Amino acid sequence: MITVENLTKRYGGFTAVDDISFEVRPGSVVGFLGPNGAGKSTAMRMMTGLTPPTSGRATILGQTYRELHNPGRQVGVMLDASAQHPGRTGREVLRVAAVSVGVSKSRVEEVLALVGLTDEEAGRRVRNYSLGMRQRLGIAAALLGEPQVLVLDEPANGLDPQGIHWMRGLLRRFADGGGTVLLSSHLLHEVQIVADDLVMIGRGRIVAMGSKEELLARGGTTVQSTDDARLARLLEAADVPVSRTGSGLVVDAEARVVGELAARESVVLLELRSGGSEGLEEMFLGLTAATSREGDAA
Amino acid sequence: MSTDTTRSAAPAVGGGTGDAPTATALEGRPGVPFARTFRAELRKMVDTRAGRWMVIVMAAVSVLILAGFVIWGPAEDASFHGLLELSTLPLALLLPIIGIMAATAEWSQRTGLVTFVLEPRRGRVVVAKALAALVLAAVVLAAAVAASAVANVVGGTGEWDLTAATGGGLTLALLIFTLQGVAFGLLFLNTPVAIVSVLVLPTVWSIASMAVSSLEDAARWLNLDLVTQPLFAGEMAGRDWAQLATSSAVWVLLPLAVGTYRVLHREVK
Repeated sequence: MITVENLTKRYGGFTAVDDISFEVRPGSVVGFLGPNGAGKSTAMRMMTGLTPPTSGRATILGQTYRELHNPGRQVGVMLDASAQHPGRTGREVLRVAAVSVGVSKSRVEEVLALVGLTDEEAGRRVRNYSLGMRQRLGIAAALLGEPQVLVLDEPANGLDPQGIHWMRGLLRRFADGGGTVLLSSHLLHEVQIVADDLVMIGRGRIVAMGSKEELLARGGTTVQSTDDARLARLLEAADVPVSRTGSGLVVDAEARVVGELAARESVVLLELRSGGSEGLEEMFLGLTAATSREGDAA
Repeated sequence: MSTDTTRSAAPAVGGGTGDAPTATALEGRPGVPFARTFRAELRKMVDTRAGRWMVIVMAAVSVLILAGFVIWGPAEDASFHGLLELSTLPLALLLPIIGIMAATAEWSQRTGLVTFVLEPRRGRVVVAKALAALVLAAVVLAAAVAASAVANVVGGTGEWDLTAATGGGLTLALLIFTLQGVAFGLLFLNTPVAIVSVLVLPTVWSIASMAVSSLEDAARWLNLDLVTQPLFAGEMAGRDWAQLATSSAVWVLLPLAVGTYRVLHREVK
C-alpha cells in the first residue's frame, strides 16, 4: 500500500509537485501518467526518501520510507534503469544488491530468469546493454527482495511491444498475489496496456484519477456510420454534443442513446462503442500541450 | 502502522474493495544491518574493472620500484625499512584515489538511486565507504610489506630494521591519506575534481607557504605533507602529534564533515 498525502515539492519559485494525494491499494497496478516534466519522477523520489518533500508526506505500508526495516525486502524500486555502473555485469549488479538486501545468490539467478535475461546476457557488462535489457535488469533488482510494493519509474520505456505485454503479465501476477504496483509513464497507450488504474498528473497537479474504464468512459461514445454528416446533424438536433474525429464521431452520451437514434432514423452504423481512448487521448494531449515547450516554439 | 481507524483521507485508486488484504510493514529497525552495507560497499570497490585495476596497479608499482631498487639501487640502503619506505612512496599518492572513487561512484554513475533506496540512512553508507576504503588501503599496504620482505631476502641487506614506531607511523600516515581521499570525494562528489584537488591543493599550499614567509608558521601546523614526515620516519614527539592533529582536522576531518553533510542532504537524482 502506498499513501501520498498533500505531497508538495518546490524548487525556489517553481512548484514541481503541487499538493498531490492518492492511495494505491494492494492488488492493483496503478499507472502514474503525465507528460515529461509533470512531476512524476520527483513524486516517486519523495515516496522513496531520495528527495525531501517541501510539505506533505508519503508512506509505504504505513511507514515513511526511511522508517522501513530493510526496505529492499518490502519495496522494489526502480527509478532509472540507466543509473547503473557501466563496468559491472548485470549479474554483479544484482549480487551487490543481494548482499545489502540479504538474499541468497540463488535468488539472483531466480530473478534473472524471471525477467528473461539469459546467462550470457547476465554475464555482459551493463555498458553493452540495450535500454530494454537495462529495464529488465532494473525490474530484476526491484523484485530481488520479494517485496510487497513496487515503485517503477518509466519501466516500459525502451521495451518493444512484446516486452510491454510481458511486463503487463508480470505486474498483473504480482498484483494478483496481493502486491501493490505504482508505475509511471508518459505514454498513454503504454500505460493503458500495463495498468488497470490511472493517476493523471500535469504541472505537478493531479488532473484525473480512477480506473481505466472509468476514465475511458469519460471519453464518451465513439461512433462511425455510412453517413456521419447526417448522424451528426441528427444528434445535434437531439441536443447531444458531438465532435468529429478523423474516423467518425465522438458523442458525449451513452452508446444506447446513439444506437436508438440511429435505429429510429435508419442510419447504418459501422462502429459503436463506449469508452474509446480518443477522449482520454485528447485530455492527455491537452495536458501535454499545456506543459510542453511546443507553445514556445510556435 | 495504519489501521482502519487511522485511514488517511487520501482518495484511493485501484483495488477499491474494502476487504482487500491489508499489507503491513515488516517489523524491525529501520534500514539494513551495518555489516551487510559494509560488505556491499567493499565489494563495489573492486567489482569494476577500474576499481580492480586501481588496486592491481598500486601493488604492481610498489613491486616494480622494489625490483628496480634491488637491481640498480645502492645495496647498503636496501634494508627492510628502506625498501618499505620506497615501496610505500607511490601509495601516499595513489591510496587517496581509492578513497575518492569509493565516495564519488554513487553520484558520477548515479548508482546512488539504488544504494540509498536499499539503505536510506545515508550516514551509514558513508561510514561503510570510509571503512571499506581503509580496509582496501590496508590490503595494499600489506602487499607492499610482503613485497618489501621478499625483496629484502632476495636482494636486500637482510636487515630487519623496522621498529614499531616507524611501522605504525607509516600505516597511520597512509590511512590518513586514504581518508583524505574519501573526504575530498564526498566534498566534491565528482571524481576528476576530487583527484585534482587532492593532488594539487596541498602542493599549492606548500608552495604558497614557502614563498610567503608569514605563512611559514601556519604551514607547520597545517601542512599535511610536512607534518606526516616525522610520522613516516617514526620520530613523533609531543608537538608533532599536535601538528598532525591540527593538519588532519583541516585537511581530512573538515572536508569529511562538510562532504557528509552534503551527502545526507543532497537530493539523489
